[in-house]
Amino acid sequence: MELIYAICVGTLSGAGIYLMLRAQTFPVILGLTLQSYAVNLFLFASGRLSINSATIIGQSGQYADPLPQALVLTAIVIGFAMTAFVLILAMRARADLGNDHVDGEQLHQHKKAKKIVKDRHP
Amino acid sequence: MISHLPILPIIIPLLGGIFMLLPGFNHSPMRLRISALTISLTLLVASIALAWYVHTHGAQTYALGNWQSPFGINLYIDRLAALLSVLTAFILICSQVYGCAGEDKQGQYYHPLLMFQVMGIQGAFLTGDIFNLFVFFEVLLIASYALLIHGGGKQKTLANVHYVILNLAGSAFFLFALGILYGTFGTLNMADMQAKTAHLQADNIILAQSGALLLLVVFGLKSAMLPLHFWLPKAYSAAPASVAALFSIMTKVGIYSLWRVHNGVFGDQAGELANIATPWILPFALLTILAGIIAALSSQSLRILTANLVIISVGSLLLMVAINSPEATTAGLYYLLHSTIATAAMFLLAGVIIKLRGKAEDRFVSSRPVNQAALLGLLFFLCAVSLIGMPPLSGFIGKALMLKSALSSEYLLFIWPAILLASLAAMIVLSRAGSTIFWRTKGDKTSSATVHCLELSSIVLLLAGIIGLVVFANSISAFCQLAAENLLAVHDQTSNRFLSVYMEQRHG
Repeated sequence: MELIYAICVGTLSGAGIYLMLRAQTFPVILGLTLQSYAVNLFLFASGRLSINSATIIGQSGQYADPLPQALVLTAIVIGFAMTAFVLILAMRARADLGNDHVDGEQLHQHKKAKKIVKDRHP
Repeated sequence: MISHLPILPIIIPLLGGIFMLLPGFNHSPMRLRISALTISLTLLVASIALAWYVHTHGAQTYALGNWQSPFGINLYIDRLAALLSVLTAFILICSQVYGCAGEDKQGQYYHPLLMFQVMGIQGAFLTGDIFNLFVFFEVLLIASYALLIHGGGKQKTLANVHYVILNLAGSAFFLFALGILYGTFGTLNMADMQAKTAHLQADNIILAQSGALLLLVVFGLKSAMLPLHFWLPKAYSAAPASVAALFSIMTKVGIYSLWRVHNGVFGDQAGELANIATPWILPFALLTILAGIIAALSSQSLRILTANLVIISVGSLLLMVAINSPEATTAGLYYLLHSTIATAAMFLLAGVIIKLRGKAEDRFVSSRPVNQAALLGLLFFLCAVSLIGMPPLSGFIGKALMLKSALSSEYLLFIWPAILLASLAAMIVLSRAGSTIFWRTKGDKTSSATVHCLELSSIVLLLAGIIGLVVFANSISAFCQLAAENLLAVHDQTSNRFLSVYMEQRHG
């Protein structure tokens, strides 16, 4: 179980970091989302993985640590809020800057290139 | 009432911010301004009362919801936290007074957002729980995201995209680090962690080490340490002046966390984990100063220049974190107070200059002469003198204390040149900036714009703070010294009482 779990977390965060390094805002946001999934799973595992154990003492032979679940819940709520904000911001940036490049430059250069082509081949 | 004093600096801005969102405030800027200033004055009074109480009665632990530590979340207020809480309230008032001159009408929810941001900053200073620190970081960040684009515009949107994405990635790393630390320590209470560092099992040490160094990355991002500082000049120079002034305390939240976690939890008492971050912080601090100097020398406008001076001051503070002796922490704390106030004043002044110079804004180009040049020039001169670190203002005392504390360090030969070169560079760029803006003029005055009296009074208030730091230098540095000693001692006796019970339960 530990191995599968670790592979899942690793794959998610690897894919997340790969997408975060892209130059368009949408893949970056997807990357951040994947990264937050990885974080949530990771936090959950920090209380050790166990099966069939309740978080209340006396309900089952072994009890699970309740704190990581509370931490994950907090992290999920904060992650949702942040993702919502960054999505709106990305749309705003698309509107303000005219493109979805994270540096807001690509279309500008694209326009320039178009203009040069136009000037040369009227 | 007095027993609930520790939570007041968090509760007041929270309730105040919510209060100002009520419908009655929608169309009445005057009502908003008056209540905002009332709330922040109350906050300042509460912070000062808390600092006084902590100073006379010793460090306070406040158990939230009366859940005892280390099981519940607690606030832990020693002199260091209380002092920074007072500083935050002071900077808030100055930013707000400046904002009331018209900046608050450029967009919506300016005053409530300032309150929420200050709530996050105060919480980060006062909390004694490392996960709670994360939560307050997020509170201050989400308010700062909104404040950064206050008023709108392409520059702000672009700077904000970088700022938000970087900080979201930083938050993910923060959570990874917390997961690792909880997995190894079994607790998130900082005092409890501090007590346990020396008794970790051998196979957990390497994990705790990686968690601690991940935290260094996170705090390095917040405080703008070298490879992670590229967001700062753009974000600070794009933000509205009053917001930039408030932001000048945000890098200090990162420095404070480094003090708490890397000099406190993983400090000298930590056995094999003792001072694990120091070998990393020192070279990066030196490189941060170097990068700040180069960037400052090539700055094209006053706001970008001030932002680069922030980077230099962060580098100097990181050096003090790396030396990690009581003297260095004292010096760093005094310099932190000074540099926060001085950079805030410079950001506000840059805002005024932009308003008065019209098209030339704050760029270093010749322009028409500005109105009230003598007054602005005097204010600029005072700010510049204190930022450079020349006598008689507070920058000099701060830098002298830092240089003195480095005498005992083995890296003296690196630290002295770095701090002195930074002063030299600041002197060169600030004198160039001042002479270009105020003296290289051509043509006649055309604009009739003048300094608003509220803008003027906010800058004068900050400068009064700088002068206060000089006049009361002795008692303030004595307070800083006590704060530094608090920090480096094992800092929470109450949690040790519960520690034995807790360990029994966990292993029994």
